Amino acid sequence: MAGALTLTACSAADGTGPDAPGAASRDGLTGTLTVLAAASLTDVFTELAEQFETDNPGVEVELGFAGSSALAAQINSGAPADVFASANTDTMALVVDGAGLDTAWAADHGRDGAVFATNTLRIAVPPGNPAGVEDLADLSDDSVATALCAPEVPCGAATTAVTDAEGVEIAAVTLEQDVRAVLTKVELGEVDAGLVYATDVAAAGDAVEGVDFPESDSAVNAYPVGVLADAADPELAAAWVDLVLSDTGADALAAAGFGAP
Amino acid sequence: MTAPAPARGRALRARSGRPPWILLVPALLGVAFLVLPLLGLLASTPWATMGERITDPAVLSALWLSLSTATVATAVCLVLGVPLAWLLARAEFPGRRLVRALITVPLVIPPVVGGVALLLVLGRNGLLGRHLDAWFGLTLPFTTAAVVIAQVFVAMPFLVVSVEGALRGADPRFEEAAATLGASRATVFTRITLPAVLPGVGAGAALCWARALGEFGATITFAGNFPGTTQTMPLAVYMAMQRDPEAAVVLSLVLLLVSLAVLAGLRGRST
Repeated sequence: MAGALTLTACSAADGTGPDAPGAASRDGLTGTLTVLAAASLTDVFTELAEQFETDNPGVEVELGFAGSSALAAQINSGAPADVFASANTDTMALVVDGAGLDTAWAADHGRDGAVFATNTLRIAVPPGNPAGVEDLADLSDDSVATALCAPEVPCGAATTAVTDAEGVEIAAVTLEQDVRAVLTKVELGEVDAGLVYATDVAAAGDAVEGVDFPESDSAVNAYPVGVLADAADPELAAAWVDLVLSDTGADALAAAGFGAP
Repeated sequence: MTAPAPARGRALRARSGRPPWILLVPALLGVAFLVLPLLGLLASTPWATMGERITDPAVLSALWLSLSTATVATAVCLVLGVPLAWLLARAEFPGRRLVRALITVPLVIPPVVGGVALLLVLGRNGLLGRHLDAWFGLTLPFTTAAVVIAQVFVAMPFLVVSVEGALRGADPRFEEAAATLGASRATVFTRITLPAVLPGVGAGAALCWARALGEFGATITFAGNFPGTTQTMPLAVYMAMQRDPEAAVVLSLVLLLVSLAVLAGLRGRST
């Protein structure tokens, strides 16, 4: 991955000649870029932001992470942002229909944003799996305290898709406001299990254990990214999206447990 | 009653005249600043669908949960907070300044941090919580009791600070007179001190109740969010905001109107 990062850095630095307009404009990027992204992207985007700032010395990337739906509501209420990356296509659609995407960018990359990764659900349990959870059906047991995402947020929508498809009714003790809140409850051992994204299990390291379940195929979340209509500098924003869609971005996403689009 | 006559006359004149502009202008700005967001809420309220949204069983259940937990939390705050305020105002003990600083900690820290702290102490694996679980099979998180605990944590300082202020303002000579006539300290407190500071206690309780009613961060962190057991109105508003901002506006307005009605009712009774 270090090789890929170096390659990107070189190609950006080399594109200074007048004959390489795309690269040249990319090289002269300055200013502050505000990226609002789904909470599950925290680690990858933080890493990519450092890369982007190294590649473009005049640029400062400001990252805001929260539940996608909360971010969509903020963007549609006029929160100043340049790029939005959502944890599902429904939430991106709210922004496409609300504040809107940058017209020129959308014409090239798709009017509903560009899908750059996928994620599936996994059961997270505290180390040692105290309740002995082995599959999705175990979560319907009342004695297994389970935390889920609220149905209003994308991870909750994915949960509902899985439970509806499989006819499983999970006895949740809490419906959390975002996926990281579910993970925290598992890490603290306050619940016996939580349904989170595969990437959250990967990011938590030894703090939780992951339990795969075949039914997770019924809800594969696609992650779209888009340059917002109100972007202060659409060119800078597009350069960020290019990085996310590049091989560098793909490597970082794969390392964090995301699937390819 | 003991103030000399000339000072009293001056006080009367000061009350009847026109308020000076140096006070009036900032006061009006203050009112505007506090009331404008409310007008914004009113302006964006979807009045046409208001009726059906309010009578939604999910909304009524969240509203009932909010009102009942905030009321129980206020009662707990009164039972613990009034004696605490008395101790801070009337008793001399080492470390009093430290205790006074410590009890205002919940005012300063973000409520979400308060919620995490509560989990670390009273959660299933918390310092005390693990014993509650082992000895009594009692787990607090994700229960209605946890909602009340979160509210007590964030709201009690408001009560303590108000009541302590009232106690410091009360004339201690009545208490001294009662004591010289042979009343015990407990009798002095219940017969003399408490009636004297009752308006302060009422104001503190109202403030405490309002803070408990609006509690969000500590509640969602410590008690979680589940309709019917832990989803109070602020949590319902936050969840509605994710998908249906109009519903969130309606819920906010309902919470606001009900709390204003209760507080206005209490004030009307106490004066």
